[in-house]
Amino acid sequence: MSDIIKRMKDLPSTHLLGTGTPMCSGCGALEALHQIYDVLGEKTVFVNAAGCMTLLSVYPFTPFRGSWLYTAMASAPAGAQGVRDALDILLQQGRLPSADDLQVVVLTGDGSAYGMGMSATSGALDRDLDFIYICYDNEGYGNTGQQYSSATPHGAATATSRGSRGYPGYKKDLFSIWAAHRPSYVATVIGSEPLDLAKKIEKARDMKGPRMIIALSPCPTGWDYDPGDSVEIGKLAVKTGVWPLKEYVDGQVVHTRIPRERPPVADYLRRQGRFSHLFQAGQEPSLVDDIQQRVDDYWNEVV
Amino acid sequence: MAPTLLTGNVAAAWGARLARVDYIPAFPITPQTEIIETLGGWLDGGDMEGRMVTLESEHSMLTAAGAAAATGVRVFSATSSQGLLHAMEMIYTVAGWRAPFVLVNVSRGLSAPITLEADHNDVLAARDSGFLQIHCADCQEVVDGVLMAYRLAEDPAVRLPVMVNLDGFYLSFTREPVTLPDPAAANEFLPPFDPGMIRFAASAPESQAVAVLGGSPYSYFRYETHLAAQHAVTVYSGIAAEFRARFGRDRGVVETYRCDDAEVVFYMIGSFATKAREAVDRLRDAGQRVGLLRPRLLRPYPADIIADALQGVQGVAVIDQNLSVGQGGILHTELCAALYGRPQAPAVLASFIGGLGGREITPEEFYQMAAVTREAVATGKTPPPRLLYTEDELREIRKLQSIALVERDETSPTRERQQQTGGGDEA
Repeated sequence: MSDIIKRMKDLPSTHLLGTGTPMCSGCGALEALHQIYDVLGEKTVFVNAAGCMTLLSVYPFTPFRGSWLYTAMASAPAGAQGVRDALDILLQQGRLPSADDLQVVVLTGDGSAYGMGMSATSGALDRDLDFIYICYDNEGYGNTGQQYSSATPHGAATATSRGSRGYPGYKKDLFSIWAAHRPSYVATVIGSEPLDLAKKIEKARDMKGPRMIIALSPCPTGWDYDPGDSVEIGKLAVKTGVWPLKEYVDGQVVHTRIPRERPPVADYLRRQGRFSHLFQAGQEPSLVDDIQQRVDDYWNEVV
Repeated sequence: MAPTLLTGNVAAAWGARLARVDYIPAFPITPQTEIIETLGGWLDGGDMEGRMVTLESEHSMLTAAGAAAATGVRVFSATSSQGLLHAMEMIYTVAGWRAPFVLVNVSRGLSAPITLEADHNDVLAARDSGFLQIHCADCQEVVDGVLMAYRLAEDPAVRLPVMVNLDGFYLSFTREPVTLPDPAAANEFLPPFDPGMIRFAASAPESQAVAVLGGSPYSYFRYETHLAAQHAVTVYSGIAAEFRARFGRDRGVVETYRCDDAEVVFYMIGSFATKAREAVDRLRDAGQRVGLLRPRLLRPYPADIIADALQGVQGVAVIDQNLSVGQGGILHTELCAALYGRPQAPAVLASFIGGLGGREITPEEFYQMAAVTREAVATGKTPPPRLLYTEDELREIRKLQSIALVERDETSPTRERQQQTGGGDEA
């Protein structure tokens, strides 16, 4: 493609995704999806799994200018397989002009991507399916009221981890699990870093094979903060090193943003009600220290 | 074309080949696997156009099948038993998409206990899904049924997926003489798939399978699917008439065998109906007025056609190769519902459960079922439902249990010690 995105002013000026959706105010997933859609364009078919974004297309309206297929929570990548294979068959038989071809895009939340849909995703990666997978990761089963999922970070309070120490598990490393399949591309993005996001989506758009994107999606209702803070919280996730921006391509993992001066993770955690219990008296050993240590360990390995 | 010996599985594969399917999402499961192996062999050998993809589960297989059909290609797939249940979420879902394709189910009893041989609890678990169902009694019906199923599924007034059912082992692995339809005639009978507006293309954006909010739009789509399914009785009848004219074989909505003037009729589906046919002949030889009624089309449920076929019949022996646990036979329940309140309905609908997990139903049992039903007609008292099981079978089970107990006690010193010290069953 000729339109290489290098600077903020190169970002698309047209906005393709319609407004008036039932997503929550300040939804970080919708923020990311707006930007992703502007880069991918309308010659796309979104294959969706059960989650918040399922409510984008509610009969008889859709915010998408292109196509949409809702499948089920576990098998959106298999739906993408069926659509991609059928398009290829139609192209091969001359029953579909090449101008009518579509980019097949799976759109699921973390509940599907990290858990129920993982088997179908692994299968699609085994088969080297030519598709893009967008996981909007709001770190819990958000559409049902933010119960913990295997994407939930350590210590977070959710509807099913209300105890004084929050969620006892650790966020699953989906990036590495996906990368272990050696797909064409894996990247992490976030809506609050639009240039980094657009560069990666543009790169993915112009490749073939499985292209996997995880978008950390600040969630005002699930993370308990004011909807106006979504962008700032997203920026803090990157600055504090909690959400590393990186990509996997040609067998190498490259960090696209290395935060040299990382503010303490507490700056990120304090802004969110889901972590407020970590700052109450009597938290010994300190979960905040534990979280900070893990972030430090991660970056010490990287740089 | 001269008949050739084919298993039910290979007959099913031939149905797909003659239908010139574009796409075959697959997953192996006994006793269905031979179907996808056969198709895979033809594709690899260049005997057949098309593409086969093995998914990582039946749930994904059904998702891919529905998605490909919704994109505009002709799709075939096959499964059985646990695979059908694993895919059940998508069985309902793709029917709701109105994705027209054909799924062959090779019937096999459901776990637990896990087993391999046939009964109909698997396919009947899908009865409320929106998939239409064609039930086959022999291998010839399998190849014919697959071809007809595509006509039915793709009919613009129907547009629903169709399941073609054959019994595991009894048909799947049994070679029978099958006359394969001539490919040219099959092409004429089944023209290329026209997806109409339901497809994906950049120049014609389409939102499929979107969510609804509230009961009113939900009911609208569910009712539309139901009405399309009901309409499929008429559509199927037309297809069967055309099939008969072209290929000379009767594939009507129901098979009626010696039902004229019958007092008692066996009512059942699947390959065991051929055993009932034989029993009808023997009973007729003995002077009894007995017949067989076998629905080929079970979804949509052809209530009026069944009621017509049973006019003047006094007693029906309903033989269910399935068990709705805690309720009884599914075919019996549905027949009662279809006939209740009809003035000419048979007075007695006797329920028999048999043939579970491939268990034989013997000629003597057919004679006995006819006798029980005749007796009920004579006395006017419907007998309680019967679970077919013989004293010999029970004795064999008891023997196996006795042997196992002796072996355990003789060979397990730990167990013996525990029993001596009273630790026995808790250990």
